Amino acid sequence: MDEMLREYLPILVFLAVAIALGLILILAALVIAVRRPDPEKVSAYECGFNAFDDARMKFDVRFYLVSILFIIFDLEIAFLFPWAVAFKDISMTGFWSMMVFLGVLTAGFAYEWKKGALEWQ
Amino acid sequence: MSADLTLILPEIVLAVFAMLGLLGAVYTGKDALAPALVWATSALLVLVALWVGLAAPETHTGFGGMFIDDGFSRFAKVTLLLSAAAVLAMSEGYMSARGLLRFEYPILITLAVVGMMVMVSAGDLMSLYMGLELQSLALYVVASLRRDSIKSTEAGLKYFVLGALSSGLLLYGASLIYGYAGTTLFSGIIQTAQTGDVSLGMLFGLIFVISGLAFKVSAVPFHMWTPDVYEGAPTPITAFFATAPKVAAMGLFARVMHDAFGNAVGDWQQVVALISLLSMFLGAIAAIGQTNIKRLMAYSSIAHMGYALMGLASGTVFGVQAMLVYLAIYVTMNVGTFAFILMMERDGQPVVDVASLNMYSKREPGKALAMLVLLFSLAGVPPMLGFFGKLYVLRAAYEGGLAWLAIAGVVASVIGAFYYLRIVFYMYFGDENAEGLDGGKSPVLWGFLMASAVVMVLGIINMFGVEGAAAAAAASLVN
Repeated sequence: MDEMLREYLPILVFLAVAIALGLILILAALVIAVRRPDPEKVSAYECGFNAFDDARMKFDVRFYLVSILFIIFDLEIAFLFPWAVAFKDISMTGFWSMMVFLGVLTAGFAYEWKKGALEWQ
Repeated sequence: MSADLTLILPEIVLAVFAMLGLLGAVYTGKDALAPALVWATSALLVLVALWVGLAAPETHTGFGGMFIDDGFSRFAKVTLLLSAAAVLAMSEGYMSARGLLRFEYPILITLAVVGMMVMVSAGDLMSLYMGLELQSLALYVVASLRRDSIKSTEAGLKYFVLGALSSGLLLYGASLIYGYAGTTLFSGIIQTAQTGDVSLGMLFGLIFVISGLAFKVSAVPFHMWTPDVYEGAPTPITAFFATAPKVAAMGLFARVMHDAFGNAVGDWQQVVALISLLSMFLGAIAAIGQTNIKRLMAYSSIAHMGYALMGLASGTVFGVQAMLVYLAIYVTMNVGTFAFILMMERDGQPVVDVASLNMYSKREPGKALAMLVLLFSLAGVPPMLGFFGKLYVLRAAYEGGLAWLAIAGVVASVIGAFYYLRIVFYMYFGDENAEGLDGGKSPVLWGFLMASAVVMVLGIINMFGVEGAAAAAAASLVN
């Protein structure tokens, strides 16, 4: 039991360091920071919008489109990484499977480009 | 590897066609090409159905057991390919006339069909989920095809949110099954079930998977989305929802129950019997108050899924055969009925009110007669083919030791007959002064309506070999 717990000691140390560091940084900001507040600085940060507004505002669907496109290519990278790392060990089947996958993604990309999904007017 | 690829060649052909069609259309004529693309897709689906249907009657597995090509999957594939082709052919005129026909529509239908083909051939929880999601994602988009209509977007959103919930349930069940069986392969899961009783965790997984699948076949208590989606989606899309995806989802249901849990029939039989009972009664009773014919067809499809599930609930080879025969008949009836609904219009605007059919027989005796045959068949009135479909599943339930379910099925069928016969009443004895419908002039829709009605009558004499094919299909699934 002790043996097993000892293996977790580094994690405990890490937790302690993280908590201490966080506290130090917050306290340092309280104690030594220079304060010149202005309305922009003290307002809550929200990406692209005024922070206090009606929650049911109309939301441009293009944001949604861009985020979907981002996720698709993000996933593509997530698949490509392990494939690239294990490139020496995979067979020709593995290679061509990835090529087909990329081809399918490219077809979708060409479609959305031509369709005008990337234009922001 | 190349043997594996040969096995999924029909799916590859369809997927490549979808991608080429997408790129080809977007770089050239865009929506101007849509009608041609719809007809080409429809023709291709029929060709693939012939190709799959005429393949040698053997069982092959590929990709390490993840993909199964047997008589059962081929029967389901032919049924869903032909129904998808029929619905595509029916939708072209309706959608062109209303400016709804985008070139993405046939592409999305093709991709949904590829997903369905993977579903009915799945031999593994992974390929099951992959096929299911490919189908579902394409269907979410086509449900909201009419982007400027609130009802259509609502239908798409509801379908998406509830579909995502059901996928979550299914995945949770799949992860439990994987955890307790140690494998995602159906052939491995069935061996775990063989060694003694099914463990409690496995049982939980099984129940969650059944819930997820019941969502997809819209069986009670997971049916809530069906009426709203059927009502909101454009009518040709509703026709599609009521046919091919039902066949695929029922095929997948039977595949999971028999291939993965064939040794634990007692564990799922009562669950499937219960949802079958609830579906039959809710479909029969809730449809009585409907005045919108699309909502009415939604409840009708819930009831019909209850009957198809009855065949599955019996847990026997004959039960699966009855289910397949029932599905084939159901799809044929629905194609005809929706051809009729697509022709319901007044001044070029689609009408979905049941009351608009008052005295329809005076204006269009031929079409009214065809619809009468189809409605009698849907209600299960002898001697139409629908009656024999019901007889099949009732017999399967009785022989499987579920006599109470068979009796309940008869009672539900009598209740359900009311709302079908009410439409017949409107058409033949309704109010003379009510505002009527124009005569739809589409020869394609007329052809599908008449062909479907003729099949409902001729099928009594000879079912065109469907019974034999279904028997062979069922034998290849249950062992």
